[in-house]
Amino acid sequence: MLLIACPNCGPRAQAEFTFERPLASIVTPTETLPDLIHKLFTRENPRGPSWELWRHTYGCAGWLKVHRDTHSHQISAALLVDMETPS
Amino acid sequence: MQRYSALSLLRGGLNGQKSWQRAWRDPAPKSHYDVIIIGGGGHGLATAYYLAKVHGIRNVAVLERSWIGGGNTGRNTTIVRSNYRQPALHNLFEFSLKLWEGMSDDLNYNVMFSQRGAMFLGHSDSDMIRLAERGDAMRAAGIDAEFMTMDQLRKKLPLLDLSDKARYPIVGALNQPRGGTARHDAVAWGYARAADALGVDVIQNCEVLGIDRVGGKVTGVQTTRGPIGADRVGICVAGNSGQVAAMADLRLPIESHLLQAFVSEPVKPMVDMVIMSQSIHAYVSQSDKGEIVMGGDPDLYPTYSQRGRPDRIEGVAGQCIALFPALSRLRMLRSWAGTTDMSFDGSPIIGTTPVEGLYLNGGWCYGGFKATPASGWTYAHTLAKGEPHALNAPFSLDRFETGATIDETGAGPMPHHR
Repeated sequence: MLLIACPNCGPRAQAEFTFERPLASIVTPTETLPDLIHKLFTRENPRGPSWELWRHTYGCAGWLKVHRDTHSHQISAALLVDMETPS
Repeated sequence: MQRYSALSLLRGGLNGQKSWQRAWRDPAPKSHYDVIIIGGGGHGLATAYYLAKVHGIRNVAVLERSWIGGGNTGRNTTIVRSNYRQPALHNLFEFSLKLWEGMSDDLNYNVMFSQRGAMFLGHSDSDMIRLAERGDAMRAAGIDAEFMTMDQLRKKLPLLDLSDKARYPIVGALNQPRGGTARHDAVAWGYARAADALGVDVIQNCEVLGIDRVGGKVTGVQTTRGPIGADRVGICVAGNSGQVAAMADLRLPIESHLLQAFVSEPVKPMVDMVIMSQSIHAYVSQSDKGEIVMGGDPDLYPTYSQRGRPDRIEGVAGQCIALFPALSRLRMLRSWAGTTDMSFDGSPIIGTTPVEGLYLNGGWCYGGFKATPASGWTYAHTLAKGEPHALNAPFSLDRFETGATIDETGAGPMPHHR
């Protein structure tokens, strides 16, 4: 099980969190049709590091952006969504 | 091919089991094949078998990066059923179930297919309405489905908690008597042996590293055992479909998730059919060795790790014990996980791709084992003719952008909400 360090609550077990979608797949109301198809369906599905949107559902209920490796499960960053993403 | 029979078993017993031959060859890759299938799981091996048997295309290689049947074919809970509501799905899975019924004879290999019945439990009035709709849709298509009353359940499954105080009260069920289980490893071995006998090269420890194209058309693959030419290449690597398709610059409507399964220590027969609950999403059956086989929800986040989260084991065990209180006395023997291709409508993808000569079979979510023969049959047709069979035509890669999705649960484009 993952240990996710919520910026509000500190390190908590994955059981408190829900995965929402890759950060690059957040759909805005003004998408073009090809972008919409990419975000809704043909996502990158990386085997390796990826920025993801999670929610601390059974904690502070905050939305987090998490940088996680989908194979090793290493988490290198967990930020609130309004924090700036390091490049 | 040495045929297996009661007589050959007897002969083996009398001569110290020395008369058995290799079940399939271990060939070196040739320089060129008519068709290369990437992925030596049940689906890939079945595809090769039906290419050779039904379409007469025998210059075929199945490339497997490790050993055949070592991926999801060997990690599932071996349940076979065709009790889907939507016509595109139940037509495909019922065709599959009919192939299962003749598979051991056809392959001359005992896949231990056991039609012990597969049952969905209902926990509420609305559950029962949904099950009735499903059963009606099935019966209208000529598929067996029968409603089970509480009295019938009490007689059939005395160990189910059918009391009013149950954690998940049971009010009825929908049974498919022809559903059941099969020995999953035997399916891979049986198809490999039968395909090999028809001239197919089953090549293990051969990982595909690249897909060669000239002028937009596939010409072969790069592998850890050198380049191999091919007129047509079929991807059949569920769990890693996106990784292999990316070698041809394709992005698929698939997210890779993880599903766990668990078995208890072996006990005497106590559950003689497959019991599933869609509302709590747990499923229980008993293997021929006596182990109780259990499964539930996937881990609900993308991962290629093949390592499951422990709280899922606890949750599913709790659900299974609530259904069968006697299970609480058993010890867990082992648990494992497989990487599943979660498609964005919950249904598979079998068909052509935008790349000429490249075909795709994947996106089986966590329900591919039961489809093994139909998947092979329709994929072989697609590879042989260059266009889909009527049964897999609805499962095209482009259905997502055209809006023609086949969404049995009505969950929308949410691979982790299945």
